[in-house]
Order: sequence, then structure tokens, then C-alpha cells
Amino acid sequence: MADLTSNFIGIKSPNPFWLASAPPTDKEYNVRRAFEAGWGGVVWKTLGSEGPPIVNVNGPRYGVVHGADRRVLGLNNIELITDRDLFKNLDEIKRVKKDYPDRAIIVSIMVPCEEDAWKTILPLVEETGADGIELNFGCPHGMAERGMGSAVGQVPEYVEMVTGWCKKYYSKPVIVKLTPNISDIRKPAAAAQAGGADAVSLINTISSIISVDLDVMAPNPTIDGKGTHGGYCGPAVKPIAMNMVAEIARNPETANLPISGIGGITSWRDAAEYMVLGCGNVQVCTAAMTYGFKIVQEMISGLSQWMDEKGYESTEEFVRQAVPNVTDWQYLNLNYVSKASINQDDCISCGRCYAACEDTSHQAISMTSDRKFSVIDAECVACNLCVEVCPVENCITMVQQEPGVIDPRTNKVVEEKHGDWTSHPNNPSVFAAE
Amino acid sequence: MAHSSSTSGIVSGRLDSDLLEQNFEDLHAPLSKHEALVASDRCYFCHDAPCMTACPTSIDIPLFIRQIATGTTDASAKTILSQNILGGMCARVCPTETLCEEACVREVAEGKPVEIGRLQRFATDNLMAKDIHPFERKASSGKKVAVIGAGPAGLACAHKLATLGHEITIYEAREKGGGLNEFGIAAYKSIDNFAQKELDWLLSIGGIKIEYGKGIGTNIKLDQIQSDYDATFIGMGLSGVNSLRCDGENLHNVDDAVSFISDLRQADSLSNVKVGRDVVVIGGGMTAVDAAVQSKLLGAQNVSLVYRRGKEDMSASVYEQELATSKGVRIIYNATPLEVTENGSSLDVKFGFTESIKSQLKQTGETFSLPANQVLKAIGQNLSNQSDELKIIDGKINVNDHGQTNISNIWAGGDCAIGGDDLTVTAVAQGRDAAVHINSQLMK
Repeated sequence: MADLTSNFIGIKSPNPFWLASAPPTDKEYNVRRAFEAGWGGVVWKTLGSEGPPIVNVNGPRYGVVHGADRRVLGLNNIELITDRDLFKNLDEIKRVKKDYPDRAIIVSIMVPCEEDAWKTILPLVEETGADGIELNFGCPHGMAERGMGSAVGQVPEYVEMVTGWCKKYYSKPVIVKLTPNISDIRKPAAAAQAGGADAVSLINTISSIISVDLDVMAPNPTIDGKGTHGGYCGPAVKPIAMNMVAEIARNPETANLPISGIGGITSWRDAAEYMVLGCGNVQVCTAAMTYGFKIVQEMISGLSQWMDEKGYESTEEFVRQAVPNVTDWQYLNLNYVSKASINQDDCISCGRCYAACEDTSHQAISMTSDRKFSVIDAECVACNLCVEVCPVENCITMVQQEPGVIDPRTNKVVEEKHGDWTSHPNNPSVFAAE
Repeated sequence: MAHSSSTSGIVSGRLDSDLLEQNFEDLHAPLSKHEALVASDRCYFCHDAPCMTACPTSIDIPLFIRQIATGTTDASAKTILSQNILGGMCARVCPTETLCEEACVREVAEGKPVEIGRLQRFATDNLMAKDIHPFERKASSGKKVAVIGAGPAGLACAHKLATLGHEITIYEAREKGGGLNEFGIAAYKSIDNFAQKELDWLLSIGGIKIEYGKGIGTNIKLDQIQSDYDATFIGMGLSGVNSLRCDGENLHNVDDAVSFISDLRQADSLSNVKVGRDVVVIGGGMTAVDAAVQSKLLGAQNVSLVYRRGKEDMSASVYEQELATSKGVRIIYNATPLEVTENGSSLDVKFGFTESIKSQLKQTGETFSLPANQVLKAIGQNLSNQSDELKIIDGKINVNDHGQTNISNIWAGGDCAIGGDDLTVTAVAQGRDAAVHINSQLMK
């Protein structure tokens, strides 16, 4: 029977599903509702220094990319860190932590890049009894312009420096949240580790313009006729985030750095994917903002069912399991051959596979006059485009060609042994030494 | 000579066996995997979902649908069955068109609700096919509970009590369990012996014993049961049939629709089920519709469903009425039976048209007659009360919110008790809730 209890860098929670630092974790009312719904932990919306808090626009603050049926695929926000008084937040954090001792409460912090600012705020946070802190080096809008947020996250030296301060002035775990608006995520990750971070969390939001209002001629969301770039998140960013997680997990330098995965997690499967790529736990925001806190119930039941099916009793058993299988392109087996195959019983004759292949790929699908579609093995390179554009799941599948058979496309025998680019005769660097 | 729809009298085999089989196939074919993914994708995952509120067993519908959408069908089934242990049968027979699917916001938005009933069947079928019973029995409590009737109310009560560790004996008057699930539901709503399969699956929780052929009033006595057990739940249903109260009611071939349906359900072959060329069904509820539709599906030439009030008063839903007419049943509204007379070897049923004047039903004076080989009465069932002590209100056992009768260690639920809508799903809710209360009283 699957046990979802999570122990992430010494912080215990009943399951690995936390809420990320954002509007859902802005205040006591929201956080209590989250815990009542079953979330394992929350990262409290980013606190700023003592004094007058930042102010937000009076809306709109969000823009969305919609899929079919107005499904929320990507969300863009121009909201900033907390606009509530620091001490009000601290009081609430202390109160909530007392009432929910078994749930994780992490406090996200963003203060100026000066040692004193951190030295001042950290004891106040310590006093709340929270389980740890998360350093917000990610906001791409609003705060970056003031030298905070992603302005720090893009400079590894700053990341290391501030992390070091936090380890100095705070006794509990320090999680460093990374911005994706950078060319090589390994650098800030390594910097955080060098500074003593107990873990990194990623990704924060991606700089974006969601859409343009063609009547007002300004980016959405428009405020009085003008728009600005915001931070993009939601299902659309999951692939970008997962790649960055994998980069950090497979980099020998940071192979042991615990990771909290963030970015478009909407169902149990998304969470499991992040975890096998190297995350000890996950943080959710957009899905909660789209559907409400109840979605955690599906994540819990789904992950439990999957764990039972696979025989995993605890989450530790599958974290990082996929990391060894993340390789570089040049090591992929060029001798592995497959062909697409269309199941005629499941096919509904929409012809989308034909449109995709005939127009944009290898002309490897034939169409009869009575709309029967089948694969031409002699042309099929197995690119998989037909599989993915087909509206019926598993109607088209990729079938591995067994070693020993002839590939009608190349007229060559499918080879058993591994052969990749690093030893391919076409590769000029293979012969360079000779 | 082979029979046909026009063969006079009451005969079997009016249609060939292939056609009969086709006629009695699943009314709502099960969803394929692809259909389930498309159907589940339509759910908006509402907050405080209206469908959940409309469900008498409060199944967490948005959650179970989301669980289908994310590929965790086992979890989906568990969500359903935790609230409604007969979720499989309910998925087939519930009038979703007046419950969850009527409340669905997509019904409001587009007139096309999420296919909740079919999705529920998809999930429960999947789990039951794997022979998984996702519940465990607590350690034995040492308490014994008697349940009267192995219908939905009794089974739901028994299962819940069994999970809580109690020992249950169900006394069932018939030779098979399932109640109306087995004997009353239209055949095309429950094919392949599903009621029995579900019953066997339910019993796998352990701790439940069924004694067949034991009916109170016939060979067992309620007060004896009451004293032998720590608690008693009565889920005996309504075994009496309301009479037409007109002349000719006792003539040969004036039967009750419930028996007709029961015989049809228990027939080993549809080709052996007899039906008249002209069938007149009197009544306006689901039973009337089921009897009329099945008569037509058996090959009766003329089937009339005659209801004494107007269309808007009919308790059979519009969906069911349209199902009937789509099968060729003729529905006559505002006509009340006056007398049944013999006409050679068949019958004539005389009706008087009615109208509603100041909420009173009055005859207009105009009459008409319908020829009938078979007249089926479907104007309601009544309680065969077996106790002088049980308080009865409006023909049903009086119970409080916990399902308790006026006798402190006797509970009741389902069609025999007040409240509920005489549906399988309300019976399950009442049985389940009574069990929770019984448990709280036993464990005090």
C-alpha cells in the first residue's frame, strides 16, 4: 500500500504536493483552505522587507493562453510579491504553523541584495516556526527592475552570496528558487549549492507576452491602454521546466542537490514525471488557480494508484529513476528502427495523419478513395508526428522493427548492436584523429 | 406457422431470436476508452458541483471524472463505490436526466451535459472486471444485524455494516437477491446477469450471509428477528400492487406490470416470453414505461400506455416517455380506466378522458375503448406491512433522518420507508446512512 509521506530535506509532509509561492498562498485564509483540502505543504507568498509593502496594479493582472474549450494552457501574471505588511504575514504564518504541525510551511523571501536586509528579516522568519525558507530569485517583472528577483537569479555570484548569508543567519533549510530566464540553468544551480543551499526549486516564471489586444494595440493584460511582459506558467511551461530539472539532476556537480519541481503540474502524472527526473517533491500553482484546491485529491489518488501498480511503497523508491536515461543526442542508438502503424479498428478516418505527413513530413501515409489510411513503411522514418496529431489516443503506435529484418526505407538490415553518431562514418570528428 | 407481431392472443416468439437479442441490447452502450477520454474531458470540475448535490448518494462526480481523465480508472471506481456500493447498477438505471445530468452546468450552457452515467459505468465496469473489491472489513465487532430484503437498500446497509466489522444476516423472501435490480429493472438496462454479478462482488467483503426464501409474514416473524439481533434494518420494498379499483380488474390476463417484468427478467430465453398482440399498460411511472417498452421489444403489435393525468404530471421522465414513443409505444394522457370487459378471447378496456379543474382530476364524460390481450397494471406498489407496532405514514414506514423507525432498534430504508424517490440510488443512500447510524448506536 503506497505511502505518500514525504521527507524533503528533512521537512516532513503527508504527501509531496506543495503549493508554490503565489496568490494561493498569500494569506492565512487561503492557506488554511489549502490544508483542509489536503495539500502537504505551502510556500508562503514572497515576503518583502519591513516597511511599506509593494503595490500591485488594480488589475487586470493575468492573461491566459487557452486551448480547446477554453482549457487554461498557460497563464501569465504581472502580480508582484506580497502587498501585505510583513508583520501581518509573520503573525499569520506563526498561527497557521501551530494549527497544522504536520504540514510544511516554507516562507519565500525577496529583499534587497544587501547582507543587512537578510540579517534583519531572517530572525523574524525563524521566530514563526516555519519549516524553512525559499529565496525568490525569479520574479521577471516588477522586482527585477529594482535589482531583485530575476536580476539576482541571472547572476550566479549573487545567488551564491545571498544563499551564503541565509545559511549564516537562519538555522533551518534554505531552498533557492531559480529563474528560467537564463541560458544555462546549471550555473545558478551550482552557485546555490556552493552557497550552501539545501535544495533548489525550479522553475519560477518565464518572461512572456501572452497575447496582444488588437483593438487597444497593447499586450494583454492591458492597463489603461498599455501592457508589460509578465511571468508565464502553467501546463505550457512544464517541458521547459522538466528539461532544466533534468540538466541539474544529471550534471555531476549537482547530482546530489535535492530539487523541488515547479511548472505546470496539473495531475498525478505530471508530478510523477518531475519526480523521476530528479525532484523530491513538487509545487503547484496554476492548476490550483484554475480549478481550486480540490485538484490535490486527484494527485494523491493518482500517485497512490500508480505506486501500487508499480509496487513502490514510498516516493523515495522512484525519485530520480529516469535520470540515467537522460542522455545527449549523440549517444542515441541510430540502429533502433521503428515504423508507425495505424489500427484500422480505432481509426475514425479524419485524415489528419495524412495531412501532417503528406504536407510536412515524409509522405509515408497512403490514403484510399474511401478514406482508409495506412503507413508506407518504405517511406516512414518513424518521426512520430502522425501519432501525436491523431485525435484518438493509441490509434497510431510506433512498432519497433526487430533486428534482422530489412528496413524497406534503407534496404539495410536492422542491426542488433548499438551504433550512435559518435562512431558514425558521416561524423567528421570520427576521422579527425586519423 | 411462426408467430409475428400480428398473431392474435398472447404468444411467445413473435420476433426471431436475433432480433430479440438486438432489441434487448444495452440501452446505453458502454463507453470505449477513447469515448471515455473525450467524455471525461468535457467536465469542468465545478466547485461545489451541482451534479454532486443532485446525486442522492453524493458521489464525488468531478473527482471521479477527473480520475478517468488522468488514467487512474481504479481510483475513479473507488471514489464512486465509497459513496455508493451499487454504483455499477446505478450507472445503468439512474434517471441521470433528472438528477446529475440535469444539474450539469453543461446542460445549462449547451443542452449537452457531461455523460456522467456512462462514465460511472466505465469506471465501475473496469474495476469489477478486474475482480477488485476495494474495501476491507474491520475486525469483528461481535455485533449481529438482521437485514430484511436483499434489494439495494438492504445490500447497501449490509455492506456498510460489514466494512465496520459487524455480522449481517439478510433475509430475502425470493430465491435470488438483488430486489428490483434483479426482478424489476428493464432487461435492456441490466444485461448479462449484471445484478447477480454485482451482488456476488458486493458479498466478497465478507461478514454477510443471505438466507433465501425467508420472508417476514410468511415464514419468519419480525419480532423474533428483532429480539435475536442487535439491530434490524427493514429493506423489504413494496410487494403489494395497487389495484385499479374498477370492474373487471380480476379478469384473466389483467396482470401487474411488476410480475410481467419479473418474469421477463427471469426467463431463460426471450423467445419463450409471451406477450399479447394488443397490450394496454395503465400507469405513468418507470414501471409502466419499462413494461410498455419491453412489450413492444418482444414484438407486440399495439402497445398503449395510458395515464390518467397530463404529460407534465407523469412521474416517468420526459426521456423515458420519449424512449417509449421512439420504440412505438402509444402514450395516451388524461384517461382513467373505467372497466375491463371480456370480448371473446380477449379484453376491452374502457377509459374516460379526464381534465384537471382547480387541481382536481375530473372526468370529461367522453369515453373510449382499447382492445387488449393483456392489461398490465403499473399504478404503484404498496407496503405489505407485517407489524402492528411499526408506525406507518401514507403507506410507508415512518423513519427519522437516521432511518430509525419508532422502534429504537429497527431501522428502515428504500421503497418501504418514507423519503427517497423510489429509486435504486435513494435506496442505497438510505441503507448506507442507516448503517452508519446503526453502527454508532451499537458501538456506544
